[in-house]
Amino acid sequence: MAAPALQAVGLRKTYVAGRRTDPVVALDGLDLEANRGSILGLLGPNGAGKSTTVKILATLTRADSGSALVDGVDVSDRPEEVRRRIGLVSQRPSSDPMATGWENLVLAGRLHGLARQEAEDRSAALLGRLDLSAAADRLVKTWSGGMSRKLDVAIGLAHRPTVLFLDEPTTGLDPEARAELWSEITRLTQEDETTVLLTTHYLDEADKLADQVAIVDHGQIKVHGTPEELKSALRGDAVVFELTAGSDAGMAVDRLRSLAGLGEVSIEGSTLRARADLGARAVPLALAALEEIGVEVASATMARPSLDDVYLRHVGRAFEAVA
Amino acid sequence: MTTVLTHSALLTRRSLTALVRQPIYLGVTLIQPMVWLLLFGQLFKSVVEIPGFAQGGSYLEFLTPGVVAMTALFSAAWAGTVYIDDMERGVMDRLLASPVSRSAMMNGTLAYQSLTSIAQTSIVVVIAFLAGARFAWTGVVFTMLAGVLLTVIVAALSNATALLVRQQEALIGISQFTALPLTFLSSAVMDTSLAPHWMRVAATVNPLDWAVVVSRETLLGSPDWAAVWPRLLALIVLAVVMAGLATRAFRAYQRSA
Repeated sequence: MAAPALQAVGLRKTYVAGRRTDPVVALDGLDLEANRGSILGLLGPNGAGKSTTVKILATLTRADSGSALVDGVDVSDRPEEVRRRIGLVSQRPSSDPMATGWENLVLAGRLHGLARQEAEDRSAALLGRLDLSAAADRLVKTWSGGMSRKLDVAIGLAHRPTVLFLDEPTTGLDPEARAELWSEITRLTQEDETTVLLTTHYLDEADKLADQVAIVDHGQIKVHGTPEELKSALRGDAVVFELTAGSDAGMAVDRLRSLAGLGEVSIEGSTLRARADLGARAVPLALAALEEIGVEVASATMARPSLDDVYLRHVGRAFEAVA
Repeated sequence: MTTVLTHSALLTRRSLTALVRQPIYLGVTLIQPMVWLLLFGQLFKSVVEIPGFAQGGSYLEFLTPGVVAMTALFSAAWAGTVYIDDMERGVMDRLLASPVSRSAMMNGTLAYQSLTSIAQTSIVVVIAFLAGARFAWTGVVFTMLAGVLLTVIVAALSNATALLVRQQEALIGISQFTALPLTFLSSAVMDTSLAPHWMRVAATVNPLDWAVVVSRETLLGSPDWAAVWPRLLALIVLAVVMAGLATRAFRAYQRSA
């Protein structure tokens, strides 16, 4: 088997914020691996270490210790070599607003060593694929957010990198533009067998795009696997009860914990969550039990495990999407 | 080496294209030196009549090198704002994660600023000529060179400041704070032999004054080469040192990013 496209072992990174504050540990022994041509999704709350991981792998900063290989090349020993092989689409727009889409793409290609003709051919092809040809000669500052984000992805792919870093690619886009960008990312990266490291706030994005998902918290990978593996590892269905205001949540939790066939009972505000081997059997039993002790339930839902549940399990709190 | 040159040229062109697309900014860039020349030229017209004023020619002839240097200083002081715009977008990170070298990134903006300075100097010299000033033509070449060197020094300083403070307001504040004192601690608009002793001393270590002296001596014919060469050499050395230090500032930027 070929060497992984991305491989990080024991990455540690501490930032010193100020003289009077304690240093912030961004990464605390993070390990990570992505196979060639795959999309690895990094999920985690703000400050978990996702961006720092990308910065180290993209040679923008150095780890205090640990090692990282991109396409087999060590990021701290040969950063120049790594830079030839990667494309970076950062969280913020990364095109020049005072240049046209065409100029942005051709410049990106040429800065990465393509000859002019090569850069122009590649730019024309990318603009065509992304349905941006009509706007190509307009200044990017006049483009919509969705178009400009597609251009950022195209710029990242201009030189056919082996590894593409996508940092929050669809934040701020409307649902339609997000769905479109997802399918473009999948298509373009499959064609060239580009390996993608995707960091995202959106669980549905990771579920939809990523072959492998790694959940990061406190600078470490908490769990790693395909979305399917992670979900089935949870065993059983997620059951959620919304209690009416004023209900005795503590009593409800105690009652449900004593029921057979129901586990991992937790409460957050008025939301009761639990896990059931067989949701369809457990829900009526639970409802009856709650009624018995006088706890009113506003709604009850049952679902096959989602990445939200995986996240809840490993990060210890529910995922809050930043929409 | 050729890669660095290609990258520098590509980045210089990016800046020039952006400048041409902002007609108001372009207009101000080109008109401002004219306004200064004519305004200061009228205001201080009679200072040449003060006993002890060194120069023989008209005040306009005396002032032209001063306006060239002031224009270089005030334009180049803004150089770093482009970096900050790039940082606020993801452009800076994208370039830093690409094969473009830090020196090509620095050269690109310094070359762009230098070309702007040459255009501005040309305008100042032509306007002064039309208004009746007469110069030695070799002096025009020295004036361009002095303008470019001062531009490189100040633009490198501005870029380095941008990389260290990473904030538009702080950069502009620092530029504003230093620009005027540098101007008035020099012979840009006034003969320093008429100024207090400490100001004359301060002028000898002021790169803006070096540029003014190189330009003025050579423009007015029969230059005092003993005054020109050391200052020109100092400008060259400082320009190289500043460009080098500014390129190193990328490291500080990345360490704290």
